[in-house]
Amino acid sequence: MSDVLLRVTNLSKRFGGFVALENVALDVAAGERLGLIGPNGSGKTTLINCISGALLNDEGTIVFEGRDITRLPPYRRARLGVARSFQIPKPFASMTVLENLRVPLEYAARARVERRRVADEAMRVLELVGLKERANEQSAGLTQVDMRKLELARALAAKPRLLISDEAMAGLSGSEVDEVLPILFKLNQSGITIIMIEHIMQAVMRFSQRVVCLDAGRIICEGAPDQIVRDPGVQRAYLGA
Amino acid sequence: MKPAVFWSSLVAALIAGLVFTEVGQNDYYFNAAYVVLQALIMAVAWNILGGFTGYVNFGSAGFFAVGAYTTIALNKAFGLPLPLLIAAAALVCGLIGLGVGYLTLRLKGVYFAIATLAMAIVIETLVNNWAYVGGAKGSYMLTPETHLWFDSYIKMLFMVMLALALASVAVSRALSSSRLGRGLAAIRDDEVAAECSGVPTLRLKLVSTTVMGAMMGVAGAPYPFFVTFVDPVSAFNLFIAVNSIAMPMIGGTAHWSGPVLGALLVGTAQELITVTISSELNVLLVGIMLVLFITLAPQGIVGLARKYLGRRLR
Repeated sequence: MSDVLLRVTNLSKRFGGFVALENVALDVAAGERLGLIGPNGSGKTTLINCISGALLNDEGTIVFEGRDITRLPPYRRARLGVARSFQIPKPFASMTVLENLRVPLEYAARARVERRRVADEAMRVLELVGLKERANEQSAGLTQVDMRKLELARALAAKPRLLISDEAMAGLSGSEVDEVLPILFKLNQSGITIIMIEHIMQAVMRFSQRVVCLDAGRIICEGAPDQIVRDPGVQRAYLGA
Repeated sequence: MKPAVFWSSLVAALIAGLVFTEVGQNDYYFNAAYVVLQALIMAVAWNILGGFTGYVNFGSAGFFAVGAYTTIALNKAFGLPLPLLIAAAALVCGLIGLGVGYLTLRLKGVYFAIATLAMAIVIETLVNNWAYVGGAKGSYMLTPETHLWFDSYIKMLFMVMLALALASVAVSRALSSSRLGRGLAAIRDDEVAAECSGVPTLRLKLVSTTVMGAMMGVAGAPYPFFVTFVDPVSAFNLFIAVNSIAMPMIGGTAHWSGPVLGALLVGTAQELITVTISSELNVLLVGIMLVLFITLAPQGIVGLARKYLGRRLR
């Protein structure tokens, strides 16, 4: 776990006068399971928007596999192996579930997947997340849980090295969380580094090897999960105590 | 539709057209068919950006008119033959599509629509002040005397338009069922998610505006020979833009066959009404059909067919 896959240094992002992220530094090792927590508005989504390229950071650099990707457009980052799921599912609503996966397979993973194997690959990913039976359904008609699984599946179809899961489990019931969490474990075992953003503490704590806590745009604490929950700064950020 | 069925229908349509030029006596029918086919190309072209990619373009008349004026200018300057004029119009309008796309595609939704409308007005103003092509007074064209083996010039023009229309349908179909087409559909559904799935959204949108522009230019290029008098008011007519939006909407924007069906239906109805009742009623007809379809069948004829016939249309 020594190789650094992603290195974020001095990252700052402002929206007008509002400082969303200030001087954030973060190293993610290859194969790591990292939890990213923090109260609402602390900058978690902004941080991963900067990493995935949806937003450009004002200061700082982002290095992925030894390559500076700070100014690359999102599609180039996706091709290099940075994939993300969205907090609010954004399926390609006019397509079937299977077609949804064809897009990343044919674009982001184009160099890594043979053309004639695209459909097989898509089915393999759908099987992994448990959506195989829904392959030919319209994605717009899926239930919430299935929509979240599709988010994950589509990110996976990009054949990522790094998967950023933005609240993949928000709004899911306990048993549904138990469906999604093993999928993420399985992915990690297959060699994918995972950054998990989650509000469901029990899920983050179970999943992460290391947890980073953001508050008001700064990293206030990082460490092993049991260490984090005892940290007074984290308790203050969450409970205001 | 299976490729074999598709290609044989195209060939059948071409042969039917040729037979029609042999047996058809009244030139009016060729005039009417020309108008419908011109609208068909415009509708198919509009749908590449509007339907497949999800960007509504109100400036179709601008591209059409540039196609027509490219013909006028190059014909006056060099007297080029029609195929070269069409190719030149495709090139010029494709480049304008690329340029306008680059300038406006950072805009979304209604802002993009207004920008394209503004573009058409800007170009119209330029043409109004360009004396070489007649300015606001307009410009006359002489009907060429050669018309190959056809009995009359309009018959030849009709066949040219038919071939162009079939070609544009083929391009549109190829685009929609390809990897590129899936990229465009992803952009239409969710641009951010598309980009994060590795789709180079800006590049694909530029491809889309360029192909659209080129096709509209192609539709406009033979127009001066058809009407023999072109002025900015007729070439930049807003009705052209409205028709190119209404026809795909009525036919259905999600599938390549939508604008074809819409153009054939609406275009034919317009011609019928023009000769039987009045040419003014045309506009009313498009308006009423548009309202009816948008409220009752937002997915157009293709959507209705899918609903009642299952998903066989694919």
